[in-house]
Amino acid sequence: MELLDPTAELNPEGRLPRARPKSVFGKTVGLLDIAKPKGDIFIDRIEDLLKQKGAKTVRYRKPTFTRVAPIELTQQIAAECDLVLEALAD
Amino acid sequence: MSKYQLFVKESCGTCKLIEPLLPEILNQLDVELVSQDDADFPEGYAVTFDESLERSYRANIEIVPTLIKEHDSGEVSRIYGWDKAAWQEITGLQFTIKLPLFQPGCGSKTLDPGMPEKLAARFEADKLQSRVLEFTADDDIEACFDQGWSDGLPVVPPTKVRLMRMLSGTKRDPQEYIGAVPPDLGRCTIEKIALNAVLAGCKPEYLPVVITAVEAALEDEFCMHGLLATTYFSGPMVIVNGPLARSIGMNAKGNALGQGNRANATIGRALQLVIRNIGGGRPRQVDRSALGNPGKYTFCFAEDEAGSCWQSLAEEKGFAAEDSTVTLFAADGVQGIVDQKSKDPDSLTRSFAAALRVVAHPKLVMSSDAFLVVSPEHERVYREADWSKQDLKDRLAELLMIPGTELVAGAGGITEGLPQTAVDKVLPKFREGGLSVVRAGGAAGLFSAIIAGWAASGPMGSIPVTKKIIV
Repeated sequence: MELLDPTAELNPEGRLPRARPKSVFGKTVGLLDIAKPKGDIFIDRIEDLLKQKGAKTVRYRKPTFTRVAPIELTQQIAAECDLVLEALAD
Repeated sequence: MSKYQLFVKESCGTCKLIEPLLPEILNQLDVELVSQDDADFPEGYAVTFDESLERSYRANIEIVPTLIKEHDSGEVSRIYGWDKAAWQEITGLQFTIKLPLFQPGCGSKTLDPGMPEKLAARFEADKLQSRVLEFTADDDIEACFDQGWSDGLPVVPPTKVRLMRMLSGTKRDPQEYIGAVPPDLGRCTIEKIALNAVLAGCKPEYLPVVITAVEAALEDEFCMHGLLATTYFSGPMVIVNGPLARSIGMNAKGNALGQGNRANATIGRALQLVIRNIGGGRPRQVDRSALGNPGKYTFCFAEDEAGSCWQSLAEEKGFAAEDSTVTLFAADGVQGIVDQKSKDPDSLTRSFAAALRVVAHPKLVMSSDAFLVVSPEHERVYREADWSKQDLKDRLAELLMIPGTELVAGAGGITEGLPQTAVDKVLPKFREGGLSVVRAGGAAGLFSAIIAGWAASGPMGSIPVTKKIIV
């Protein structure tokens, strides 16, 4: 029996996440608010904790939670940060 | 010097009628006889037996007999059936044998039921690009389940023949690129849409509607990625307007929002299967919906324009009455409105407004768009009072201005609500353009319906998209 493949026939390359750093001390951590309600509350608290551990933080915000982050934004975060945290919230 | 090809079949009375003429023609002209069904017909002549029908298919023969005249540069002209004057003209001969002046031909074997798609699968497979998968299992429907192609219900196995039959529903090139389907941004072509239309159970004539629905879903303002990924209930709902909805037999009348009509059921399903199979959008994966809704199997209907006193949804959006369109809306389920007593439009509109107030939450405003589906018996109230659809929308907008005191957090003992800064305002329930009205349903029943939209309706989330259908 022969059938035709109705999918996009994607065959993405598997990539492992980068190794977790042993410490955030001295690292620049991006904090991405996806623009959901109360995301700021969550990120404020995380930012406090990161600063206590000696990390530098940079805040970012998506224009809307309903769409994927613009490529310019993800490139900016990648260029400016060692790590990134994304707040889903609600 | 001209050459001729004469396509015939033994089972055709007209082909047999002209048999006595063949000596006159073959003595004077260079004619190749091509028989579709019998290697020995016409008897006594050198015959090319087109057993595979490849010659007939490639020559696009629709009727037998067909006589094709060729020069070195290719085909010059063709005639079909028997018409003495036309045959004399194309051959340049004067026939001496007595025959009737005219007799229509018979259908070519290439057009027997089920044959065009079989021949297309055999002779035009090079136009297809989808990977061919081989299965050893004996149950093709189970094989489709195993591949993960199903929404939970059985699908029609996508064979090459079924794909070819589906593609006969559009003139568009199978390899035309339509866009990248979220969330995986899978490459979407007409061929891939047609394969999912096969899975869904569509007929070929539904394919243009499905293609247009996919195109609408891929418009940025529809926000298909977010709609798929949301924890909310919503999924794409398809409303079809215009003559095509009627010609393909869509249901706009009794049970329009329910089961039982193949076009309604399979067009909505095909769109969902495109998101699943081409886009990779699956429940409990990137589809994060907390509860979903039954419309995520399929949600598609036509507006009942024929009996309506109102402008159609498509006309409101600037399309002509003869245009056929697809409108996509990020929709939840159906909420009924009962009003069996209102005889005047103001009273009925107040009922609608009271019911619309609770969309998403009675204390939330301008978050969810909505469609109000007005049944014929309710529409009659407006018709008799000479209210246009716009009159109804304008009155609803007035009635759905809500004091902030009722909306702020804590009001009514309910923590959900707007910030206290809204307390002195009067706010509209729906954003401007957020409430749409269509007419559909059976002749009896003083019930209308609200189809609420995604809580992220509007420019920052999803807005309804209307596109003209191209066949």
